[in-house]
Amino acid sequence: MRSLSLFFNNLGGRILGLFYFLGGLSYLTLQTFFFLFKVPFKKRSILEQAEKAGYRSMPIVSLVALFIGVILALQTAVQMQRLGSEMYIASIVALSMVRELGPVITALIVAGRSGAAITAEIGSMVVTEQVDALRTLAVNPIHYLVVPRFLGLLMMLPILTIYANIIGMIGGYLICVYKLHISSTMYINLTFEALKFKDIFTGLFKSVFFAMIIVLVSCFYAFKVEGGAEGVGTATRNSVVASFILILALDCLFTAIFYFIFP
Amino acid sequence: MIRIEGLSKSFDSLKVLDNLSLEIKEGETKVVIGRSGCGKSVLLKHIMGLLKPDRGKIFIEDKEITQLNEEQLKPIRMKMGMVFQGGALFDSLTVAENVGFVLREHYRLDDLEILKQVRQALRMVELEGIEDLMPAQLSGGMKKRVAIARVLCMKPKIILYDEPTTGVDPITADSINNLIRSLHDKLKVTSIVVTHDIRSAYKIADRIAMLYQGKIIAEGTPFEIQNTKDPILFQFINGLSQGPIET
Repeated sequence: MRSLSLFFNNLGGRILGLFYFLGGLSYLTLQTFFFLFKVPFKKRSILEQAEKAGYRSMPIVSLVALFIGVILALQTAVQMQRLGSEMYIASIVALSMVRELGPVITALIVAGRSGAAITAEIGSMVVTEQVDALRTLAVNPIHYLVVPRFLGLLMMLPILTIYANIIGMIGGYLICVYKLHISSTMYINLTFEALKFKDIFTGLFKSVFFAMIIVLVSCFYAFKVEGGAEGVGTATRNSVVASFILILALDCLFTAIFYFIFP
Repeated sequence: MIRIEGLSKSFDSLKVLDNLSLEIKEGETKVVIGRSGCGKSVLLKHIMGLLKPDRGKIFIEDKEITQLNEEQLKPIRMKMGMVFQGGALFDSLTVAENVGFVLREHYRLDDLEILKQVRQALRMVELEGIEDLMPAQLSGGMKKRVAIARVLCMKPKIILYDEPTTGVDPITADSINNLIRSLHDKLKVTSIVVTHDIRSAYKIADRIAMLYQGKIIAEGTPFEIQNTKDPILFQFINGLSQGPIET
């Protein structure tokens, strides 16, 4: 009986926590959109954030995307060789990267790298009263801290996704051309033949929403930091976990929508 | 100038402010003393509108502020400045960018004019030639002075100080006390200082109020406070571990 009550207490707490998270996130989203169009427009700050979150993520995105492309080509090659259809590897790599792996992997990398950094940075500002100081100087923290990060990543994540797609396809190219001896021209032709505008659009469409998730979730957890360095650590961990889950859940939702509505 | 009526605030089950009332007259320097964790900083944050009370009202120049949202509070905050305990300087900005922050955010001034005003503010706090340093390169006392300079750029009518002498050596503490006193005399600002540093309180206060168990239990001039018969106040100002205050 006691364990049952403990179970329901726990469950209740978690459900309340979920509503608190969703409510807080929705409120932060509304405020961010409200301040998105308010002057002064912080161009320098937006570009700084775009450089931090986007440009500086390029080396790690390159590495991971290249590995993914290589792995994808190698794994597909095993099956395709049995069927004697190695030339389809190019289209499988291209479609998998552009529709699914490129946007998702890039978003996960950026959530782990830049999302965590956003939570840690703003979270530290909260515990050292810098966010309160902003408010006392009549500056809204959402306008000053969230909006530039939001616009910066919104600009950079689709670009990084395109970049990851290209690097992934280069990985596939290296395996197909140098290991499976498919001709270079054939690989490139098959890649372009397989890709349609819809495939590229769906990937980029997802990446825009993934960027929103990363910034808003990271900032949400940052503003809720309590209790010094330990609190910053906890918030950073929670923000990365929540971003990962929401990115994958949203990806699942969008894939289902595109599959059923725009097959 | 500032009137607080029946202010109450609890965090979970912990009652921090309990029906507190206090008045600060224009041009006055009021020092609120009390033990660490008794709610002094919470009181300042309410006056600045950073926290909302559970009950009670706060009037700044006869305008009630507890019901105002962030946007409505902006014009009120432009008349006030707050110096935080640790300075709360922005880590990623230089000293000059910190001090000139308000000028850049709220006024259409060119860089040269901003730099001129920044230098003037730094001169007032007796810090010159440190414009390009980062906050991490400053000592505790310098951080507090830069935080005061940042507030001065707002040309405030009211300055709130949260433990201005905590964490600095006695000589630096004394120079900060002198600075607060001279700003009060030169600029005629209304100041509220919260501190548990009694020496500092005697030096800078026009009037001192003692916060205990969420209420103001005594108020008077430094002379009156020094000669108090109130056992709680007597124990606190003399730093005695024995007495009615639970340790």
